[in-house]
Amino acid sequence: MADQKQIINDFCITFSTVNGSGSATANTTLMRALFRMGIPVSGKNIFPSNIQGQPTWYTLRLSKKGYLARVEKDDIIVAMNPATLAREASFLTEGGVLLVPDDFKVSELRSDITVYAMPVKKIIHEAEVSASLRDYIANMVYVGVVSWLLGIDLDLIRVALDFHFKSKQKAVEINFNVVKAAFDWAKENLQKKDPYRVETMNGVDGYIMSDGNTAAALGSIYGGVQLAAWYPITPATNLAESLNEYLPELRKDPETGKDTAVVIQAEDELAAIGMAIGAGWGGLRAMTSTSGPGLSLMSEYIGLAYFAEVPVVIWDVQRVGPSTGMPTRTAQGDVTMANFISHGDTQMILLIPGSINECFEFGWRSFDIAERLQTPVIVLSDLDFGMNQWVTPRFEYPDVPMDRGKILWEVDLDEKIKEWKGKWGRYLDVDGDGIPYRTLPGNQDQRSGYFARGTSHDEYAHYSEAPETWERVFGRISKKFVTALRFLPKPVLIENPGAKIGIISSGSADPAVVEARDLLLAQGIKTDYLRIRSIPFADEIDQFLQCHEQVFVVEINRDGQLLQLLTIKFPDQANKMVKTAHMDGLPLTAKWIFEQITAKKEA
Amino acid sequence: MDQSNGTPNLNKVGLSRNDYRGTSSTLCQGCGHNGIAAQIVAACYEMNLLPEKVVKFSGIGCSSKSPTYFLGRSFSFNGLHGRMPSLALGALFADHTLKGIGLSGDGDSASIGLGQFKHLVRRNLPMVYIVENNGVYGLTKGQFSATADRGLSMKKQGTNPYTPVDIAMEALVSNATFVARSFAGDPHQVRELLKAAIAHNGIAVLDIISPCVTFGNHEESVHSYSYGKEHEEPLHEISFVPARDEITVEDFEEGTTRDVTLHDGSQVILKKLEKDYDPTNRWQALHMLEDAQENNWLVTGLIFVDPEAPTMFDWYNMPDMPLNRMTEKQLRPAPETLQKINSLMF
Ligand SMILES: Cc1ncc(C[n+]2csc(CCOP(=O)(O)OP(=O)(O)O)c2C)c(N)n1
Ligand code: SF4
Ligand SMILES: [Mg+2]
Repeated sequence: MADQKQIINDFCITFSTVNGSGSATANTTLMRALFRMGIPVSGKNIFPSNIQGQPTWYTLRLSKKGYLARVEKDDIIVAMNPATLAREASFLTEGGVLLVPDDFKVSELRSDITVYAMPVKKIIHEAEVSASLRDYIANMVYVGVVSWLLGIDLDLIRVALDFHFKSKQKAVEINFNVVKAAFDWAKENLQKKDPYRVETMNGVDGYIMSDGNTAAALGSIYGGVQLAAWYPITPATNLAESLNEYLPELRKDPETGKDTAVVIQAEDELAAIGMAIGAGWGGLRAMTSTSGPGLSLMSEYIGLAYFAEVPVVIWDVQRVGPSTGMPTRTAQGDVTMANFISHGDTQMILLIPGSINECFEFGWRSFDIAERLQTPVIVLSDLDFGMNQWVTPRFEYPDVPMDRGKILWEVDLDEKIKEWKGKWGRYLDVDGDGIPYRTLPGNQDQRSGYFARGTSHDEYAHYSEAPETWERVFGRISKKFVTALRFLPKPVLIENPGAKIGIISSGSADPAVVEARDLLLAQGIKTDYLRIRSIPFADEIDQFLQCHEQVFVVEINRDGQLLQLLTIKFPDQANKMVKTAHMDGLPLTAKWIFEQITAKKEA
Repeated sequence: MDQSNGTPNLNKVGLSRNDYRGTSSTLCQGCGHNGIAAQIVAACYEMNLLPEKVVKFSGIGCSSKSPTYFLGRSFSFNGLHGRMPSLALGALFADHTLKGIGLSGDGDSASIGLGQFKHLVRRNLPMVYIVENNGVYGLTKGQFSATADRGLSMKKQGTNPYTPVDIAMEALVSNATFVARSFAGDPHQVRELLKAAIAHNGIAVLDIISPCVTFGNHEESVHSYSYGKEHEEPLHEISFVPARDEITVEDFEEGTTRDVTLHDGSQVILKKLEKDYDPTNRWQALHMLEDAQENNWLVTGLIFVDPEAPTMFDWYNMPDMPLNRMTEKQLRPAPETLQKINSLMF
């Protein structure tokens, strides 16, 4: 070890297990301990669509510079699954480390790597845990060995276990004892021959750990969600489940002890969206959360909400499609579907969070936007954000009061009708922004009621098939999507003076783009980066395209869906945009983006 | 009841029958749906409902167009084909003090929307759910619906090979808390059942045979006027007595009537015809429907009622104040709570 350079807080470690074996506890425990050491760390779970017995990988990337994207090779692999051992070895970097149970055969694998064999069975046997717990506890052995190997303080492991088991001492003790036994075994029997180490640092001050679905649920709660209807689907399920988890504490009226929000598990996505739209029409902050197959089913209803002008928020936590595709793998493949969803000419508001923190922010902001514009808002998250644990800046309390939009209760309606000299219609655009005023069921003013429908109607909500009425009303609706630009989150621009190359990206592609830019810069290639956060596209995007010679549009799908939308919107700039799209189910890596840009750049 | 507060033609909330009307019908002359709309006007008027306290919902079909023809002042949402139940559910959570009236067709509720219909029923969402059942798709010009009789022949459609869906039975097996069947050609019964349905606290399913005079009024069809007139077998004669109204016993001879007290204290008085039928027994109700099917009877009346079953609102810890009246103060947790959340995010 003396002649080796140490590699501190900057490597990648993968745990290979079979799913259903309870490895999640072990993996997140290590992640939490590293987080507590102040090390920027990201955890990615690559898992099958299956409950038990299939290979699962969990990767922890430690990065002192704070890079959170996936990397292609592993420095350390803990291989607990004999079936994938050979494959594992091929993923190791030059000189990497392999930890295996001591009954695995590893002699023929690779000569350049360091192998540590762990007496898993022996330690478990000595731990005297019940037979039913043995497989599960086996994972704690590698927690102990890895802790010794890397230099993780066992006190932090205990803190992490305490948190995980919500301080249930018995569970904490059983697990910790195994960790400790394995740690002690390693200390006495292993000789460290590899360069990987961890050290306490200040890399995550002001940060928390969360997955994007929890963040979205919490954001929605702070946004005042009142009705959430949903149907289970990976990777969106734990968004609604998080609502169930946090609502009782956060949204019980302190005076009455009553709930100010309801969560309803619907019979399918057709019903989930119907409930949400009914509630949105009734004046509730209403949402649904789903993934691609569910969004496909919601299509007809979303068109109704668009045309009848009903606010509703739809979270699409994207996975690999079409069809069932790869249900437990990540993608940005629903961008064009979401944008064009439903028959006829429709327009959608899309929000695309680019971090976990932004999942929280868009959780509340989406309601403001939906109610202000009286139209569906689709938030495009994905599995990588939704289900993986990330370090992210603390959630920030909404910095603006709720925007409930143009709602008229009894007194307001009376005043407005006077102001408008008696001329009142649900779909009248009185102030030129394309957004009419709306009344809500329960309003006791006789003039408040109206007939909402998906059939052609005039400004007074009366049925009409007159061609000019259709064009007038439909034209007015599209005006809302110009007004929308005032209310939508602007793209985030990161510049490097003198750069001729631009990168446009969005969502969970962001961490890889951020890292790729540094790799490019190290080669002398300067780039500017614009991260899109909403559609319809802001004017800033046009400017960005104008002032770069070549713009790489980086996204996680096959066909370049964001690029397609940009091309439609900015046809004059189409020639300079370069499709940089890739989708194999795994999050993008900086290396892939770097290679694409260096290979295709013109200047 | 028109004279109840001394002013002719005004009900207890001071409204005239006209206040309950909608625009004039654009359905075919003689369509069963028109008669039902007229009875909804009458029932709401007689029940002293404020139109502002009613919300109407419908799916798609000739039947689903009907909400325009009554309660013109009420809020209404004409949704998607077969998907009205979910829409109504969401909207009624916005203000649980409102009375929901849903209008649907047999295509809408028994074909495309059977799933949503049954799920709404099993949740016991308090609302009146009317199926105007004509055995055909009126609006798309006369195809068989899922309630069409087996063996029925129509010129363009050929012969229907499938057994029909019985809406009342579907409602019953989904644990509906109020199930009634009627015939559009029997306006008195339709009205009395509507009033009882309005008073019921829970889902009230009304399967009303409503002949389509344009496409489905074949002599041999169960859904035709002639069949209805000939085969209608009322379980009992029905009178609805609102809460607080005095019941005049002499109208109902001892031993031949049966009262069902609804949740709000109002009563349905069933005057026994020949059968001794107990509408609070689900098993008996199913048995009776099975019998009727075998005998080709069009049995009408109150088939089942459970006035005390918990509703969907009871399962949630709902505040008295309508959710849609809540403001930011009630809906956005205080800033301190987020500090706590952040400290737990590890
Ligand atoms: C998704 C969808 N599919 C098909 C239609 C066409 N459609 C309109 S009404 C209708 C049938 C209506 O039948 P029913 O509910 O029995 O109403 P009726 O006209 O008989 O009163 C159909 C199939 C539609 N509107 N939407
Ligand atoms: S087609 Fe039939 S159901 Fe439709 S309005 Fe005419 S009679 Fe009524
Ligand atoms: Mg029909």
